[in-house]
Amino acid sequence: MEFQLGIGTRKGLFLARSEDRENWELSEPKFPMEAVRAVALTPGKVYAAAVNEHFGPTIATSEDFGETWSEPDHAPVAFPADTETALEGIWQIVLAGDVVYAGVEPSALFRSEDGGGTFELVRGLWDHEHRPHWTPGGGGQMIHTILPHPTDSRRITVAMSTGGVYRTEDGGKSWTASNRGISAGFLPDEEPEFGQCVHKVAMHPARPERFFLQNHGGVYRSDDDAKTWKSIAGGLPNDFGFAMVVHPTEPDTVYNFPLVADVLRFPPEGRCRVYRSEDAGETWTGLGNGLPDKGFYAGVLRDGMCVDARDGIYFGTRSGEVWAGPDGGDTWHQVAAHLPDVLCVRAQVV
Amino acid sequence: MVRVLLPAMLRSLAGGEATLDVDAPTLDAVLDSLGAGFPALERRLRDETGALRRYVNFYVDGEECRRLDGAKTSLAEVKEVQIIPSVAGG
Repeated sequence: MEFQLGIGTRKGLFLARSEDRENWELSEPKFPMEAVRAVALTPGKVYAAAVNEHFGPTIATSEDFGETWSEPDHAPVAFPADTETALEGIWQIVLAGDVVYAGVEPSALFRSEDGGGTFELVRGLWDHEHRPHWTPGGGGQMIHTILPHPTDSRRITVAMSTGGVYRTEDGGKSWTASNRGISAGFLPDEEPEFGQCVHKVAMHPARPERFFLQNHGGVYRSDDDAKTWKSIAGGLPNDFGFAMVVHPTEPDTVYNFPLVADVLRFPPEGRCRVYRSEDAGETWTGLGNGLPDKGFYAGVLRDGMCVDARDGIYFGTRSGEVWAGPDGGDTWHQVAAHLPDVLCVRAQVV
Repeated sequence: MVRVLLPAMLRSLAGGEATLDVDAPTLDAVLDSLGAGFPALERRLRDETGALRRYVNFYVDGEECRRLDGAKTSLAEVKEVQIIPSVAGG
């Protein structure tokens, strides 16, 4: 058994492998000097979305865990001519059976049925009447979360910054904003139909009607298929942050990395802590066994945290450190340090 | 015929060539021609709307095309188009 990590950073992709999740072998940087914002792993294949500051974004794939890479001659993700829009970046790659989804900037969803060689724009969302009113925040205006329903391919939930949560039940033809209960303190209407700055949404395949959401101020859970949301921030030290993931086998267990506030994006008290809830967000516990206990001022971005299928949880920081908690986060081991700032982390067991 | 000089980092997308000779009346037409033969090269130079990528500079006989007519710059009497990534980033 081998544990594999894909670590996307602002200056390249690093791949790590381990047999015990304590000792890790780290690769040289792939796509050096390119920001790797999205990675997807499946046994035998790595997908990496990289953006070159000069030459634009692309998706490349590797079938030998990063030794060699290939990409199609023609841009795999490109807006159709009639949209008069250019792709600025790819922020999410999600594998759903034979389908590959890409969430991109400006906010749009693309779908591939040939393993990522070519992608087609999901028109129903692009043509949504709300789209002209989606307004970019400081981080851009992109779809960063794609959650296909585990058994019904017609049902997909996406989230964007800024815009909020949208859902389809007809395979992408029509979409509904699903933000009731999520506040937006930066807008005149505190609970608008859409426009919320969602940072991440998580879902467990065994409980697909339930979602967990980290907002730009606010942590929420929905138990009714994203129709309504309620705050679960009460047990957290702060309600600002970016990351939100669900345990791979325990749908009531969820992880979060709180920061003090929008205006103070540091871990509370300068302590590196992952917060875990084992009761779906009702109560939270800070996990720090093996993590820096003071003087820590780096954040974790929206895709900087993930889980593997064997109780492992991982996170990478904007200070270029990556940590692994093989026992659900009870203890932590450092995977890497001194990398460029980490944009995304993805894990798998092979 | 205009000679297109490629930066080292893009030559692998042009069969390893450092220069390509293209018969085209404008810079846009040069890129169209590159797109037909070397699509993976062309998409690094223009986005899907046809816009020149912001941080790639195209020197037409020594003058950056944006100080001329941009992608519509005529290449009549022009000998050389040099492609140079701009300084950017940190």
